[in-house]
Amino acid sequence: MKISSRRVDTATILDVSGNIDMSNSPEVRKVLLREIRENGVVVVNLTRVGYIDSSGVASLVEGLKASRESGSRLVLFGLSDSAREVLKISRLLNLFEIYNNEMEAIKS
Amino acid sequence: MKTFAAKQARDVKRSPKLSRIFLLRIELPSDPKLLGVIRGALEPLADSLEFSPEHCRAITRAVDEAVSNIMRHSYKGRPDQPIEICCNRLQRRANGHTQQGVEIQLVDCGPAVDTTKIQARPLDEIRPGGLGLHIIRESMDTVQYRRTGRLNRLRLVKYVRSSEDIYGSSKEKEL
Repeated sequence: MKISSRRVDTATILDVSGNIDMSNSPEVRKVLLREIRENGVVVVNLTRVGYIDSSGVASLVEGLKASRESGSRLVLFGLSDSAREVLKISRLLNLFEIYNNEMEAIKS
Repeated sequence: MKTFAAKQARDVKRSPKLSRIFLLRIELPSDPKLLGVIRGALEPLADSLEFSPEHCRAITRAVDEAVSNIMRHSYKGRPDQPIEICCNRLQRRANGHTQQGVEIQLVDCGPAVDTTKIQARPLDEIRPGGLGLHIIRESMDTVQYRRTGRLNRLRLVKYVRSSEDIYGSSKEKEL
């Protein structure tokens, strides 16, 4: 799993590639919380993420809570079928701002 | 003179672990870095049994979450403890139909699981953690835990045709 960040306008885009499971979700959580704390609006690009397990979902939920507490936003785009399914099973799908692509996510 | 093949056959007969032919059998240490290997084996296996892509992902997700639970809770994060995963075909007759399915047994040597303390968390709470068991239950038709000797055994079953099609929402869940 690889994770990198870039700035587009006022948002920070986090590009994640690979699968997110308990072997690397602590790293996702750490980067996500740091970016939310330092940069406000964070957009997570999941286009290259095939699989997210419950620990990855937990990291996203922590990010969402942190963004709400700090008055910023956490936005997701490019979810795979598997990622969408795990959020749906966890009844979290409607909790997140989710878009199909980067342009939609940034314009939102 | 006995041939090498004959010797091999004799050794196979003697080996208790090889006395049964499994559809797939994996032994691996409890290292989270190997979770991808399990997923990489399970999804094509489910596909070969003619599960739909959605159900292939569900089976893979359930096994991944179950193994993660073993690594996290049973072995407390130790990466060198044994985990065994055995998969077999199974079928059942229901309402005149034969349903094909897969049975997956996960075995570990951790302490006995106190099933009274295991609960999936309420989903109306927005907080991280506690989702694994809920995901396993939602993904499979049967989830059963039992302790035999010093081993924890988790049995997961899913049928190619969802049990909901025939039995409504009835599912066999003990854990």
